[in-house]
Amino acid sequence: MSMDAVDVAFTEAAVGAGISPLLMLATLAIVGRYQKTSATLPSPAAAFILVFITGSLLIVGTLDMPAFGAADAPAQLHVAPRYIHLSGEEIGIPNMVTSVLASYRAYDTLGEVVVIFTAGIGVLSLLGFSNSQNNAYFIDKIIAQDEHKILRIVAKILIPPILLFSLYVQFHGDFGPGGGFQAGVIFAAAIILYTLFFGLEVARKVINQTFIRVLASLGVLLYGSVGLVSLLSGKNYLDYHVFADDPQTAQHIGILVIELGVGITVACVMMLIFFSFIENIKQEEVR
Amino acid sequence: MSLVVDILSAICLLTGSFLILSGVIGVIRFPDFYTRIHAAGITETLAASLILIGLMLIAGWGLVLFKLILILLFILFTSPTASHALGKAAWKSGLKPHGLVNKHDED
Repeated sequence: MSMDAVDVAFTEAAVGAGISPLLMLATLAIVGRYQKTSATLPSPAAAFILVFITGSLLIVGTLDMPAFGAADAPAQLHVAPRYIHLSGEEIGIPNMVTSVLASYRAYDTLGEVVVIFTAGIGVLSLLGFSNSQNNAYFIDKIIAQDEHKILRIVAKILIPPILLFSLYVQFHGDFGPGGGFQAGVIFAAAIILYTLFFGLEVARKVINQTFIRVLASLGVLLYGSVGLVSLLSGKNYLDYHVFADDPQTAQHIGILVIELGVGITVACVMMLIFFSFIENIKQEEVR
Repeated sequence: MSLVVDILSAICLLTGSFLILSGVIGVIRFPDFYTRIHAAGITETLAASLILIGLMLIAGWGLVLFKLILILLFILFTSPTASHALGKAAWKSGLKPHGLVNKHDED
């Protein structure tokens, strides 16, 4: 917030509060409580020297950077003035971050979405194809053995507003901090909350695994197809001006569609990662 | 009228801050887990609500007031639930309150 990056702060808050602690706990549950002792421990001195060299190289690297917030830094001079002065006329939405992210820099954002999608595929290929049916039964037994009545009731009250809020964030990205990334994470957090309190079997009935796998790729596909449509209409890739005659309306349509793609992919990948982690918690490792 | 509101808001804010301070001291000084979540629970429910109410009084009618009310509602839902979950998890995994252990040892 102090660096005026509300959107980034928002994303960090959503991911940090909703997803990452859970994934860490799930990892702990998977790997067990104690480190396996190995006969050939690498020497700490070598590790220290490696860290020292890397750290000093990084510090030396920062010496060349301009001072924080310097007005003559390259980042402030190159394209930033155009974004600041012209995005109001060219894109016509109040949140400049969204117009940079989704229109000027749509290529980069496409790359980010593909990275998230790839991460999801990576987790799935490492963890996703185990004998998960037995584990689901076992995890549900753990969840059911304490009757979380109070937690369940509070979750029932809270989950609909969370889902609603994620939709608000999704479609409000044009006007304030928000957008597909944050909305996807918040949506996934609501589903994860539901899974934790009501069990994996029930959650599987609500969220079909195959369906979210398909949706995760559909989000990226939607984003990419937007570019393809503009390419086929004779403009550059991801040039939104093909969608309407009025340039601002065209930009709005383009941004809405690609944010939707981002949101769908992020939400589904987060859910996929969570499910494949939780399905890998095995009986002998918990007891 | 506005002076009364200001004074009320100041009282709420000061009481809230005092409760946060006492909560922090409680978390550090109390003997075991259960008494500590009691102290932390006061911080996150009563103190937070008092501060929010104090802010609401000076916010005036508008979007800010509405958002503050929403935050208050969410805090009132989630904080006690979180304390409850912590306490329950500790009890389930066999942590006995401070006094109980001593009594048991004397028997």
